[in-house]
Amino acid sequence: MTAVASHAHPPTSTGLDHRKIAIWAFIGSECMLFASLISTYLIYKGRSVVGPFPHEACNPPVCATHLNPILNIPVTSFSTFVLLMSSLAMVLALAAVENKGKPGYEGLLGSSKFWLISTAVLGITFLGCQAYEFTSFVHEGLTIRTNLFGSSFFTLTGFHGAHVTAGVLWLITLLAIDIKRGLGPKDALLVDIAALYWHFVDVVWIAIFTLVYLIK
Amino acid sequence: MADQFTHTHAETDVHAMGEVHEHPTWKQYKWVALILTLITVVEVWIYYTPFKESPLFVPVLLIMSAVKFAIVVLFYMHLKYDHKLFKALFTGPLIIAMSTLVALLFLFGKFSGR
Repeated sequence: MTAVASHAHPPTSTGLDHRKIAIWAFIGSECMLFASLISTYLIYKGRSVVGPFPHEACNPPVCATHLNPILNIPVTSFSTFVLLMSSLAMVLALAAVENKGKPGYEGLLGSSKFWLISTAVLGITFLGCQAYEFTSFVHEGLTIRTNLFGSSFFTLTGFHGAHVTAGVLWLITLLAIDIKRGLGPKDALLVDIAALYWHFVDVVWIAIFTLVYLIK
Repeated sequence: MADQFTHTHAETDVHAMGEVHEHPTWKQYKWVALILTLITVVEVWIYYTPFKESPLFVPVLLIMSAVKFAIVVLFYMHLKYDHKLFKALFTGPLIIAMSTLVALLFLFGKFSGR
């Protein structure tokens, strides 16, 4: 058994699991990726020559016809709320895995499957809102090639959406494992790593929501 | 054998690696969610008020956003309770990223009204 232990997970020089160090290092690098995308958006903000514009209407002769401000704050506020609630569901999924079988973690609210499904469904809802937003923008004449706002906006929010999609796939994988063999305290680190990624996607959206949608 | 491996794996990850930390309780998680929701509601509410035209609008929004960011990182990502190496791995690149962002905004004249 000792041989199995030393072969499976040798002690590390830091005393910490390498997978957790790796996910934090990855999150640190992602901070810099999103900072560069947000910087690009902010630098190009207000420099579009033709409409549609994010917060202002566009009238002739700048635009061929009158165009309303394009950002839909109510829909985005809803999707922001959805993503925040998905983070709550994720921490409850982790708590359910860590405390499986303990008193207070019985029934539906103590089920890791329930919270993993909830997190994935909320993530998919967020993606649905983003798909609706992108589609309506295209119908209103804003594509990635229309102006500087369109290019930087779709790049930034598209990258974020891709990260959410990866997170949803990760959650579905964990859910499949949970259904197949059950996730317990021994798997807490696997769920913890996925949770860290998911919360990071949430904090990036907190920044994007303020900087892109609310600040004129 | 599989059971032995799994058991050993768990012990290695959770105990031998020194990663057992105090985590917030369910009640605390729900309070955190409530605070995050309230801040978001206030952010959206002030967007629709005349305060939007105030010079304080942007700083207030940035502060609220920073508070939400910090709450999620400290409580949901457990960084408040985690090892200092993880704190360094996150805050180091975050400081570099924020500094780069501010430097680029200065470089492109976003603070000079150009």
